[in-house]
Amino acid sequence: MKILVAVKRVLDANVKVRVKADGSGMELANAKMAMNPFCEIAVEQAVRMKEAGQAEEIIAVSMGPEACQEQLRTALALGCDRGILVTADGEIAPLQVAKMLRELVEREGAGLVILGKQSIDSDNNQVGQMLAALAGMGQGTFACGAELADGRILVTREIDGGEQTVSLELPAVVTTDLRLNEPRYASLPNIMKAKRKPVEQLTPVDLNVEMDSNLKTLRVSPPAERAAGIVVQSVEELVGKLRNEARVI
Amino acid sequence: MSILVVAEHDNRELKPATLNAVTCAMEIASYLENPAIHLLVAGHDCAAVANAGAAIAGMGKVIQTDAAFLAQQLPENMAPLLRELAGDYSHILAPASTTGKNFMPRLAALLDVAQISDVSAVESADTFVRPIYAGNALATVQSSDQVKVITVRSTAFDTAETDSDRVPITSFEFCLEQDLSRFVSENLSVSERPELTSASVVISGGRGMQNGENFMMLEKIADKLNAAVGASRAAVDAGFVPNDMQVGQTGKIVAPDLYIAVGISGAIQHLAGMKDSKVIVAINKDAEAPIFQVADFGLVADLFKALPELEQAL
Repeated sequence: MKILVAVKRVLDANVKVRVKADGSGMELANAKMAMNPFCEIAVEQAVRMKEAGQAEEIIAVSMGPEACQEQLRTALALGCDRGILVTADGEIAPLQVAKMLRELVEREGAGLVILGKQSIDSDNNQVGQMLAALAGMGQGTFACGAELADGRILVTREIDGGEQTVSLELPAVVTTDLRLNEPRYASLPNIMKAKRKPVEQLTPVDLNVEMDSNLKTLRVSPPAERAAGIVVQSVEELVGKLRNEARVI
Repeated sequence: MSILVVAEHDNRELKPATLNAVTCAMEIASYLENPAIHLLVAGHDCAAVANAGAAIAGMGKVIQTDAAFLAQQLPENMAPLLRELAGDYSHILAPASTTGKNFMPRLAALLDVAQISDVSAVESADTFVRPIYAGNALATVQSSDQVKVITVRSTAFDTAETDSDRVPITSFEFCLEQDLSRFVSENLSVSERPELTSASVVISGGRGMQNGENFMMLEKIADKLNAAVGASRAAVDAGFVPNDMQVGQTGKIVAPDLYIAVGISGAIQHLAGMKDSKVIVAINKDAEAPIFQVADFGLVADLFKALPELEQAL
């Protein structure tokens, strides 16, 4: 079985984000970029399945500027076998990403697609579900467990009230939640080896996908600041303030 | 034009998040000509939910689709059902719960339209505000799609009234056979306390709690305040408590009247889940902890001394 893993280049999770003064987006110039943390979990899951003899090949896919090469190389250093970079400028809408992934899934004959449940920049949480719809596959979103059994995959999902397990026909789409696994670090020899692994470059035109989205971002603004609070000296004072000033207890 | 709201429920009870989505729908309706708001209750043996939905203020009618294959509202079943209904609507809304987030993007792809996630404000019938970067920025987005498929951030909208005259419930028959996805099992947390996302008081513990047993101290206070108990991702990752208690960017988003953060440092990802609470209290022994920057009332103290005192004082 071939596993397709999608990886997104995002602002590093540890960098403090700032909105551009003109409201056109975020300050990303010269900022440290990294692989989306949920995508790291997706890569790890694919590598573990390959190590367990459940998959023969892992293909990492990224979409965006040329610089996404960095995140693809990281995925290759972690154990993916080859990469596909679809170069496109600007923001790519989730539906367009899903359409391109569908083409690649078909072209590669992937038996399983693993993606992060959301990216920490746009926080959409859509691509996996959209891909599953377009490709006519079942979806196991927010996965904290995934096990192959009898030609299907059992996915345990984090849901609001607890956990839910579903059984999906293969090929299927799985999106990762935080507790699925703990991603490894790439070793230096593997980082060196990754440089020699093949990365194919494509464009949206090669995949016959129209990049126009009907959803436009008009502006981006910072959230309202909270007024500074006060420090109380004792539990007694705290309870007094909550009762008499804030009136919330 | 009409708006369809998809009810959040467990076949027995209508979940409060539905009422927030209805309020969002009413705000959108205020920009439409001759608007009507319909509620879809899709499930199995869910008549009680449809009845509860029929009493929500502002509703035009309730559509009930009752079938065994809809019992868990799996997205492989919900999306085709909603596609069948979509032609009558300009907007389809669902709460941004793990259920809504599961089937709404699938529906949008079937309709070949964008999906708008976690809408927190309505600017017009086609323009909405949604948080990005864990709430560190707000994006204003405009959709030119024929049908706007929207998930609603519950904490951003008031709850609609539920004591209005009952509207008619119509039944919509829908059949589907698919084997892409089968429900296997569910393991739900049982609690006597209010749900995290709808409680008016939430008390959460972080890594400073040191272990799971110490969460009992929070539970005792929660009992006195009729509060829900939450946790930071650090506390969940450390194995103190289950993940369904997690408040944050990757957990639940809460905005209670009172949020008490105990032993929580205030990582960006936690703040993203609670900073819209009306009053925030922080109890932490580290005076430099970032949680104090968002707290209305901060108490620099050892939580193991402060919590028993707090329980006494309530």
